[in-house]
Amino acid sequence: MQGPDEGALRALVPRVLAGLVRRGEDFDAAEDALQEALLEALRVWPEHPPRDSRAWLTTVATRRLVDARRSEAARHRREETTYAEPRPAATEDGDDTLFLLFCCCHPDLAPASQVALTLRAVGGLTTQEIADAFYVPEATMAQRISRAKRTLRGRRLDQPGDLAVVLRVLYLVYTAGHAGRVDLAGEAIRLARQLTLATDEPEARGLLALMLLNHARLPARLDPDGRIVTLDRQDRGLWDTREIAEGVRVLQSALAMQTEERRPGRYQLEAAIAALHDDAASAEETDWPQILAWYDDLVVLTEDPVRQDPAAVLGRAVAVGHVLGGAAGLRETDRLREVIGERHRWHAVRGHLHELDGDLPAAATAYAEAGRRAANVAERDHLIRQAARARAAWAYPAGESARGA
Amino acid sequence: MPKYLLLKHYRGGPEPHRPVPPMDQWAPEDVEAHMAFLRHVGKLLEENGEYVDAQALTPARTWVRYGGPDAAPVTTDGPLPETSDLVAGWYMIDVESHERAVELAAYVSSEPGPGGEPLYEWIDIREVMS
Repeated sequence: MQGPDEGALRALVPRVLAGLVRRGEDFDAAEDALQEALLEALRVWPEHPPRDSRAWLTTVATRRLVDARRSEAARHRREETTYAEPRPAATEDGDDTLFLLFCCCHPDLAPASQVALTLRAVGGLTTQEIADAFYVPEATMAQRISRAKRTLRGRRLDQPGDLAVVLRVLYLVYTAGHAGRVDLAGEAIRLARQLTLATDEPEARGLLALMLLNHARLPARLDPDGRIVTLDRQDRGLWDTREIAEGVRVLQSALAMQTEERRPGRYQLEAAIAALHDDAASAEETDWPQILAWYDDLVVLTEDPVRQDPAAVLGRAVAVGHVLGGAAGLRETDRLREVIGERHRWHAVRGHLHELDGDLPAAATAYAEAGRRAANVAERDHLIRQAARARAAWAYPAGESARGA
Repeated sequence: MPKYLLLKHYRGGPEPHRPVPPMDQWAPEDVEAHMAFLRHVGKLLEENGEYVDAQALTPARTWVRYGGPDAAPVTTDGPLPETSDLVAGWYMIDVESHERAVELAAYVSSEPGPGGEPLYEWIDIREVMS
C-alpha cells in the first residue's frame, strides 16, 4: 500500500483547521491537534486508507482536543469540564482559506510571525521546513510560531480581517523565496491561487498575476554559476511561457472588473508592468512609454509617493530614463536621495541611468557605491562586476583587454 | 575534530603583502577569476567534508552599549581609526589539525587578484572552543 500523497494531505490542512476554529475551538490548540492528527495519518493511512480523508483528520484532531482538555481539566482538579462539546461545524468550503489567512495575518502579529504562521497553518509546511526557508534554527522558528499562536489566544477570530494585510504577507512569502530547499515562491503562488477562489477582490488576482509574471522569468535570472543576469541580458527562451499566459489571463480578468470608482490597485499595476516586460521579444522591443504610463498610475496611489512608496518612484525613474534619457531619469532619483539615498538600490539605479546617459565613470562610481551597501552576496558580486565592466568600457572603449598587453 | 574560523578582513591586520585597489577597479576578467576561485574554495571544502559554514558581512558597523536604566542603548559608528579591524566574512571549517587549517587559509590567500597574480591576503585563523 502506498503512503498518503503529501501534497493532497497538505491541501486538506486549511480546510480541516478552519472547520475546527469556526466551531469555536481555540486556534492554538486546534493547530496543535491537527499537527498530531497529520502525524497519525502518515503512520496509519498506508495500512488503513480512510474513506474520507478530511472527516478522518477532523475526527482524530477533535479526539486530541478532547483529550487535551480532559488532562487540562484533571490538572486543575475540576470535576467537570467547562468547555462545551464541539458544536457541529457549519462551514463554507470556499471561504476556509480566506478565513484562516485572516487568522494568521492578524494585525496584532509582527510580519515575520504572520509569514511563519501562514506557511504552517495554511500552507501545511512543517516547522523544520519553514526554519530552513529562513535560515534559522528549528527551535527559533518553533518559538516564533508558538508565540504568535499565544498572541492569538482569546482573540475573536470571526471578524473579517484586512485583505490588504493578507496580500502583503503573501507577497512577503513570495519575495523571501528565491533560494533554499523550500520553494516559498511556489508556495506563495499556490496560496494566492487559493485566495482568488475565495474572494472576488481584483487585487488578489493582481497579486497572483504579479507573482506569476515575475516567477516566469526566474529560470533566466541566474546563470549556471549563480551569477545574476539582468533583464536586458536574459535568455528570453528560458522564460516560462505557460506562467506568462496564465499571469496575463489572471491580470486581464482583474482589470476587467475596474470601474470609474474602483481603479486598479498597486498589485494590478505592478503586474501590468511585469506583463509588458514579459511581452517584449527582446530588451530593445520593450514598450517603455507604456511602462511609464503604468508607473504614472502607480505613484499617484499614495499622497506622498517619495516618502510612502519610494520603490515606485525609483522604478518610474528607470522608465523615465528609457523614454526621455538617462539625465531625465537621474533628476527623478534626486528627490529620493533623502529617503533612500543610503540604500544600495538607489545607487544601482543611478549607475544604470548614468550608463544610459553615456557617463561611464559616474556609472562605475555609482555601482561601486551600491556594491558597498548591498546586503546580499549575489547582488554585491553583481554590482562589483557592473562597476568593473563600466570602468573598463570607458578606459578601453575598443573592447581591448583591460589587463593590457 | 577542531573547528576553525578563517576570517577575511576589509581592513586591519598586518601590513598588506601586496597592496591592491578595491575590486570594482580591477579588470572585469580579474574580478571573474577571483569570484570563480572563491566558488571553487566553497565546493572544495564541501567535497573534503571540511565545510561547516561561510558568511559575508556588510562593511557597515554600529557599536552599541547598555545606556543605563530607562535610557536608550548608546550607539556609535565612529570615529574609528581607518586601520581598525573590520571583518568581511569567514569560512568555518572542521579539520584534522591546526596545520590543516593553516594550509587551507594559505590556499584561500592564494586567490587571484589584479593581473591574475595571487592576492597574498592575510587570513586570520581562530579556533572555535568546543
